[in-house]
Amino acid sequence: MKFSEEQIHRYSRQMILPGIGGRGQRKLAEAKVFIMGAGGLGSPAAIYLAAAGVGTIGLADSDHVEIHNLQRQILHRTCDIGLPKVESGKKTLESLNPEVKVQIYCERVNSTNIRSIIRGYDLVLDGSDNFPTRFLVNDACYFERKTLISGAILRYDGQLSTFKPHAGGPCYRCLFPEPPPPGLVPSCQEAGVLGAVAGIIGLFQANEALKEILGIGQSMAGRFLLFDALDLAFQEMKNKKDPDCPLCGENPTIKELIDYTQSCSTRDAAALQTSTKTCE
Amino acid sequence: MNVQLERKLEHQVTMEQTEERIEGQKIQIDKELNLKGKVCPYTFLETMLALEEMKIDEVLRVIVDHPPAVCDVPKSLKNEGYEILEVSSVNETDWAIVVKNTEFK
Repeated sequence: MKFSEEQIHRYSRQMILPGIGGRGQRKLAEAKVFIMGAGGLGSPAAIYLAAAGVGTIGLADSDHVEIHNLQRQILHRTCDIGLPKVESGKKTLESLNPEVKVQIYCERVNSTNIRSIIRGYDLVLDGSDNFPTRFLVNDACYFERKTLISGAILRYDGQLSTFKPHAGGPCYRCLFPEPPPPGLVPSCQEAGVLGAVAGIIGLFQANEALKEILGIGQSMAGRFLLFDALDLAFQEMKNKKDPDCPLCGENPTIKELIDYTQSCSTRDAAALQTSTKTCE
Repeated sequence: MNVQLERKLEHQVTMEQTEERIEGQKIQIDKELNLKGKVCPYTFLETMLALEEMKIDEVLRVIVDHPPAVCDVPKSLKNEGYEILEVSSVNETDWAIVVKNTEFK
């Protein structure tokens, strides 16, 4: 691939960075990233990945744009209310960078469709807002050997990690073996979120995705970041592969995908689980 | 001293040092790149892209006429690990930067 004058100009400020250059930009152009959710996390992540020239972006979301999304889901505009989120998202990404191929999935992912959806991608970003999807995405990534960049937010807090069990690292279930019991899932009234927090964590996910594609810097695999927006405090923990993990451990009990049911919707936040198992 | 003059003097110092070092050597050029009319950072970026396409130890000669590029492009190429063989004035407006593709990546 020879760069056009326009491409050189569009990507010049990142191509001149050590570790990128023409080779890195080609890696980005060839990369295929799947983003679960065109919401608070998926929006900023998708926008920055498209701007950076990631060649193919997959967007999955079964929801339509509603006015209460617009406080944080920056893929969508007021005029998009009523449109499927993936269509609104595709329009935004293509207007930002027409070179990016945006594949959309306006359907609810489940145990029967997710593996075939993510199979064609190199990397998965989870920006889902509920635990059934979060566990489904993790398990599917494990079975399909895809790197998973996981972000979660609730109120003023955020979490970030990268899961590469196929490369010896832990999976999401090494930290959180099962979805939380219904009583621990915040009710709709409790589950607000500050838009900027979604932006910060979504962009951390985009940043980690770019690092994974380019093969630069230190991966977040085996590391777990907690972010407190009110104190502007970061806390990092190491997390190891759990030999007793029900999915990627030595004697796994989970051999196929599970469709959990959500007892109470926390659909305004990107499912953030707080009780960790193996974090030190 | 104004910034422009400062830059000019800086260029001269770089030139003298570079020319002194390569004096008496004959350099074989494998590829020429005309970047006249281009400004920074495109001068550096297009030079780097051309080098990425070349074989190790091949030599690229780049012509620039954007004054800051005369100093900044060799500096950035050196930071990337490329070897600068020569920087010289071609005529009143143009400069030639001769750079060797090196095995550092």
